[in-house]
Amino acid sequence: MNIVVLVKQVPDTATERKLSSDDNTLDRAASDGVINELDEYAIEEALLLREKHGGEVTVLTMGPDQATDSIRKALSMGADKAVHLSDEALHGSDALQTAYALSKALGTVEFDLVVLGSESTDARTGVVGAALAEYLGLPQLTLAGKVDVDGSAIKVQRQTDYGYDVVEAQLPAVVSVVEKINEPRYPSFKLIMQAKKKPVQKLAIADAGIDAAGVGLANATTETVDFAAAPPRAAGTVVQDEGDGGVKAADFLAEKKFV
Amino acid sequence: MLVERSLPTPEANDLLDMVREFVGKELAPRVAADEENDAFPRDVFTLLGRSGLLGLPYPGEYGGGGQPYEVYLQVVEELAGGWLAVGLGLSVHTLSCFPVAEFGSDAQRAALLPDMLGGERLGAYCLSEAHSGSDAAAMSTRAEADGAGGYLLNGAKSWITHGGVADFYTLFARTGAADAKGKDITCFHIPADTAGVAADPPERKMGMCSSPTAAVRFDAARVDGAARIGAAGQGFPIALAALDSGRLGIAACAVGVAQAALDTAVGYARERRQFDRPIAEFQGVGFMLADMATHIEAARELYLAAARRRDAGHPFGTQAAMAKLFATDTAMRVTTDAVQVLGGYGYTRDFPVERLMREAKVLQIVEGTNQIQRLVIGRSLTRAV
Ligand SMILES: Cc1cc2nc3c(=O)[nH]c(=O)nc-3n(C[C@H](O)[C@H](O)[C@H](O)COP(=O)(O)OP(=O)(O)OC[C@H]3O[C@@H](n4cnc5c(N)ncnc54)[C@H](O)[C@@H]3O)c2cc1C
Ligand SMILES: Cc1cc2nc3c(=O)[nH]c(=O)nc-3n(C[C@H](O)[C@H](O)[C@H](O)COP(=O)(O)OP(=O)(O)OC[C@H]3O[C@@H](n4cnc5c(N)ncnc54)[C@H](O)[C@@H]3O)c2cc1C
Repeated sequence: MNIVVLVKQVPDTATERKLSSDDNTLDRAASDGVINELDEYAIEEALLLREKHGGEVTVLTMGPDQATDSIRKALSMGADKAVHLSDEALHGSDALQTAYALSKALGTVEFDLVVLGSESTDARTGVVGAALAEYLGLPQLTLAGKVDVDGSAIKVQRQTDYGYDVVEAQLPAVVSVVEKINEPRYPSFKLIMQAKKKPVQKLAIADAGIDAAGVGLANATTETVDFAAAPPRAAGTVVQDEGDGGVKAADFLAEKKFV
Repeated sequence: MLVERSLPTPEANDLLDMVREFVGKELAPRVAADEENDAFPRDVFTLLGRSGLLGLPYPGEYGGGGQPYEVYLQVVEELAGGWLAVGLGLSVHTLSCFPVAEFGSDAQRAALLPDMLGGERLGAYCLSEAHSGSDAAAMSTRAEADGAGGYLLNGAKSWITHGGVADFYTLFARTGAADAKGKDITCFHIPADTAGVAADPPERKMGMCSSPTAAVRFDAARVDGAARIGAAGQGFPIALAALDSGRLGIAACAVGVAQAALDTAVGYARERRQFDRPIAEFQGVGFMLADMATHIEAARELYLAAARRRDAGHPFGTQAAMAKLFATDTAMRVTTDAVQVLGGYGYTRDFPVERLMREAKVLQIVEGTNQIQRLVIGRSLTRAV
């Protein structure tokens, strides 16, 4: 079974993240790029499925040159090869265009399953998986907390507020994962050494048959018109314990609907 | 604080990233509790093995990582800063692999190294004895040739890191006349499950409590000839050569411990307010932090300079002794000052600096006390030309 994992490079949540005031897009030079956290779970799930069912795991990333760091990391976790879609024309693409571009890039790879994170830590639209499935005309199984493949059938536990739904489809399909699904492995040093020898195919939009009029800031279906820094957090409430501290703490939790 | 490192390759960068992640996820959450409870983290070493970190400076063909000392030591530094028992444990394991890797026959290397370097087996290095510490050549553990090509081992080694938890012991024992001093010592590779090999309960130590240090006894333990590493009588030079490299590991551990103490002290000094301002703004505190940082930087560059000499194939023993001496004295001083910066809080177990101070002390003692390092350095000066 051949699997493609979608990997997005995002700014490290541990560092300060900035938008660029020139065009209201993310200032990717301002912070260290890392693999979107949920995509590490997606990679792990793909590797586990490969261990069970054989086949190859291909990483697909759309992003600027520095995204190669995240590709290397994904390869050193154990993926077999990578496709890097990189083109100036893609800058500023919105979620729908990203899904369109990724669907085209997927046309250059043979696959039975696409695995991706259910949302990114930077833009957090959480729609790429669904939009991608639409573009590809494939079943979408989102928010998977468990994945089982049996022949050409795929079954997932879809996480919900009340527990999970069991959802089935036929391959090929698109699956987005949540962090409950597994525990991503460390890259091993041997795989780090091997990673530099694994093939990484660079694609420009023309190579993937992507229509330039369908991508990029100028053609985006949504526009970020303005942004503001989050306001500094207001000082918290101080409760003086006059023998009723416990009650007040419980009231506070009840008010916030924690209890 | 992230230490800015100059690493020779992108793979080395990725390796250090991975190690920092390992420290944050696997070590930081449990170091304080495990040290408090004398708990040896065997599972951490298993994970190190699975991640390919137990054989970094040895050749790839035998399961090692093929990395220069310059890179391997910075891995040790990061691990030791997270948990000395782990960083020093890796260094001792690396030391215990040295005789087979450098002096073993091709057959021994092929048979033993893949599991030692590329697997999950853990080693220990048995040189010291109760009555021969600094004067290691005065050991009395004996290996008697049994006439059938094998050896009969009798004696006890003291202070053995990983004693009782190791999978193999790298042993030095006398094979000839007791008065031959140094000339009749031979090196052996002994599987820990050999009949007649047993460890005492661990010492009750001041610090590094998660790392078991125990006497290992050899009671009529029988091994065949293939257990001997190098020639009979070659053991003492092998032991000293191993220690030249091992000392670099101890220097790296010391820098890691010192850096961890500095990081805690800097963070605290920026937050703690007295006389209406952060204590970091008092010059008396700021200068102390500046001296700590300067000594750490110098210690790191000193071990790296020695490591690069080693990697380039130049003699490095004297430089390794200097690095061990300077880095471990630095760690002692920096950790003591870090406790000072935290004031009364620094003296409590609620903050890590008192633990780091207790850990620093052992580094001035192991793999040759700092007096012995001065002896080595001094001799190299007066013996030359
Ligand atoms: C602050 C900010 C706000 C934004 N707001 C909007 C908005 O309101 N509407 C809009 O349409 N766009 C928006 N964008 C643009 C959006 O970031 C991109 O279109 C993005 O590539 C896809 O959206 P996402 O990251 O939210 O994807 P999500 O749907 O949250 O991500 C799910 C998964 O899709 C995969 N994936 C996503 N992007 C890529 C990629 N480039 N390469 C490989 N795999 C990928 C990953 O596996 C990821 O885990 C915004 C961007 C920023 C930085
Ligand atoms: C936690 C821990 C782990 C250890 N792990 C190992 C291990 O894995 N394997 C192993 O083989 N050993 C190990 N050791 C032993 C360690 O290497 C010895 O403790 C060390 O070499 C000193 O020997 P000693 O304790 O017998 O001190 P001694 O040699 O008795 O020294 C006592 C004092 O005399 C000083 N001194 C001795 N000779 C001279 C001299 N010529 N000139 C000036 N001063 C001198 C010393 O510097 C020291 O201050 C470990 C020790 C500890 C504490």
